[in-house]
Amino acid sequence: MTSDSPATSSPLLQVRDLRTSFNTPAGKIPAVSGVSFDVNHGETLGLVGESGCGKSVSALSIMRLVPNPPGVIESGEILFEGVDLLKISDKEMQSVRGAGIGMIFQEPMSSLNPVLTIGRQITEPLGVHLGLSGAAAENRAAELLEMVGIADSRRRLGDHPHQLSGGQRQRVMIAIALSCEPKLLIADEATTALDVTIQAQILELMKNLTTQLGTALMIITHNLGIIARYADRLNVMYAGKIRESGTAEQVYMQPSHPYTVGLLNSVPRLDRPASERLDPIEGEIPDPANLPAGCAFAPRCRWATSECERSEPALEQVGDRQLVACFESKTVSDSVEIAWK
Amino acid sequence: MTSTVSTSEKVGESSGARGQDVDRTTPLLSVRDLQVHFPLKRGFIVQREVARVKAVDGVSFDIYPGETLGLVGESGSGKTTAAKAVVQLNKPGNGSVKFEGQELVGLSTSAMRPVRRKMGMVFQDPYGSLNPRMRAGDIVGEPLKVHGLADTKEAYREQVASLMTTVGLSPAMAERYPNEFSGGQRQRLGVARAIAARPSLLILDESVSALDVSIQAQILNLLQDLQEKYNLAYLFIAHDLSVVRHISHRVAVMYLGKIVETADAKDLYERPLHPYTQALLSAIPTPNPVHERSRERIILRGDLPSPLAPPPGCSFSTRCPIATDICSQTVPELKTLAPNQQAACHLATSV
Ligand SMILES: Nc1ncnc2c1ncn2[C@@H]1O[C@H](COP(=O)(O)OP(=O)(O)OP(=O)(O)O)[C@@H](O)[C@H]1O
Ligand SMILES: Nc1ncnc2c1ncn2[C@@H]1O[C@H](COP(=O)(O)OP(=O)(O)O)[C@@H](O)[C@H]1O
Ligand SMILES: [Mg+2]
Ligand SMILES: [Mg+2]
Repeated sequence: MTSDSPATSSPLLQVRDLRTSFNTPAGKIPAVSGVSFDVNHGETLGLVGESGCGKSVSALSIMRLVPNPPGVIESGEILFEGVDLLKISDKEMQSVRGAGIGMIFQEPMSSLNPVLTIGRQITEPLGVHLGLSGAAAENRAAELLEMVGIADSRRRLGDHPHQLSGGQRQRVMIAIALSCEPKLLIADEATTALDVTIQAQILELMKNLTTQLGTALMIITHNLGIIARYADRLNVMYAGKIRESGTAEQVYMQPSHPYTVGLLNSVPRLDRPASERLDPIEGEIPDPANLPAGCAFAPRCRWATSECERSEPALEQVGDRQLVACFESKTVSDSVEIAWK
Repeated sequence: MTSTVSTSEKVGESSGARGQDVDRTTPLLSVRDLQVHFPLKRGFIVQREVARVKAVDGVSFDIYPGETLGLVGESGSGKTTAAKAVVQLNKPGNGSVKFEGQELVGLSTSAMRPVRRKMGMVFQDPYGSLNPRMRAGDIVGEPLKVHGLADTKEAYREQVASLMTTVGLSPAMAERYPNEFSGGQRQRLGVARAIAARPSLLILDESVSALDVSIQAQILNLLQDLQEKYNLAYLFIAHDLSVVRHISHRVAVMYLGKIVETADAKDLYERPLHPYTQALLSAIPTPNPVHERSRERIILRGDLPSPLAPPPGCSFSTRCPIATDICSQTVPELKTLAPNQQAACHLATSV
């Protein structure tokens, strides 16, 4: 699949109208309902939104790792280097995972096998995808550990996960995810559980390595600061849909969806003078099994009109590369501009 | 429909965090040289102490009525242990904890009870900290019963209803169980319960950390309202430094069981003096791509050292970007380097 990869001008990954849902006793949960986006070669894309909005389910759908049952990918296309991942065999998908797309999860402890040495866990994919074994695999594994900044790497190969700190375990996860030089690395809340100084170490490492290797990176997080620092473009999700998308400058400097504005106003900011009070989004996220009709954000939106309660706005181009799903986006971005000066 | 957004740009004249509206004549809580050491025991039949974790190792701070002290530091630095020692949930090995002038260290459990009424606690986990089999109303009202603060059933019900309204919940929700509430609502319940017995100090240990940002902002506003209304003092523990700046009047930074820097929030954020504080602040990415891309970050080497074997001298010296020989030899004392600002660093100089 790698030999006939299309010209680098076409996107590496194209997600088209993806719909993934869960059948639960409480009813059908449309976790991802009609999501479309691209990831270009070598770029860093951010996916941001509050818990439960469908970030992880989007990533798991791309990897075809949605637990089934209760989850089903109902429809859509996931074109990776032009091939629809939803149409290939399990065996072919196996080789895409790892060799094509690597993934790092939030919980380093649950994604590493506690009874196997670090060395075994790194050399295994090297054998499966690259045919390396014995001393060659071991040398490569030691190199990889060194690459992610683990000192005394050869001795560390014999360690078990519990002998490492949280930050070191996440470094090992990065080493494994990058071991077969995938074209895309998906990092789902990969640093959320770590202390801020360690978080900074890991993120800088991930960014530097993917830049060096030319790997595209998809950073999934609820932390607006991380996306601002590392992502070229981002998608803002709310209740299973992308509500706004654009370059980091566009979305942070001229947000045009009320949800994006609300998120940015909810966080205290070290880059601005301290404020007396925050201006949070009112209310709470809707019950995913009973989403409101029309725009799912309307019940919390200070700009909502009766139209918003009736019909669902589509994601439409508002600027050069900025897309927004809101009937009132012009009013929203104008008043933000006034308020932010 | 409104057509303007109020933003966090609305600031008073001060560029710092919360204004100087605290009367600092008599401290409400005064902690001196607090130590909590946990023995690490080994052995099958006879347990022998093989090592000690100096979880809190000589911590001192004051909190004044109506003031928020933010306590920050990496996981394992001793924040929770210090907070528990304040309310005597951990028996400190050494040191003094004075609350409203009264020494708490050494008090019996029964002598502690009336004191504990005046110290509320709210924990991190909005799921685990509420009894799942109790109705919301009784969770909120339990302290009223324990401390005998409601004479009649009617008075009890009224107070519970008013507490729920105060934290932004409908009194009609009193009949529900915790699992019927969202994370943010559960945290509101936790706050209502903590203020039920009309405490003068609230200990908030990562109370907003697990919440989504929009809900977190709602709870932070609620905490500020309550502080103003009841002149409540807060010991606010969090790892998010931007949240801590927003809510705190003063901030103390902990590293491996010690306070390494303390200052008014405004000064600490504008002019951190300890290299650890500097690194910590530099590690926080802000939601501003222009600012982020033009900013150099201090990236610390390595992990927090094991608390079982802290490095000699300054415990930060193994990760410190500017450490010299003296740092691995002598433990630095907290020195006053600016008005109201102290740092424990051999190399930090007065300003
Ligand atoms: N009951 C205990 N027995 C032994 N060691 C303990 C105990 N409680 C805490 N410790 C140790 O004391 C140190 C400080 O722990 P503490 O929970 O106070 O940290 P913290 O700053 O609150 O961290 P976090 O940010 O992760 O909540 C750690 O090394 C911890 O492992
Ligand atoms: N295994 C599952 N079973 C049922 N519902 C699920 C499952 N995994 C996720 N969901 C639901 O799908 C929605 C999106 O979840 P997720 O993608 O994990 O959110 P996040 O954006 O926080 O990563 C949520 O409503 C969640 O409850
Ligand atoms: Mg997730
Ligand atoms: Mg703690």
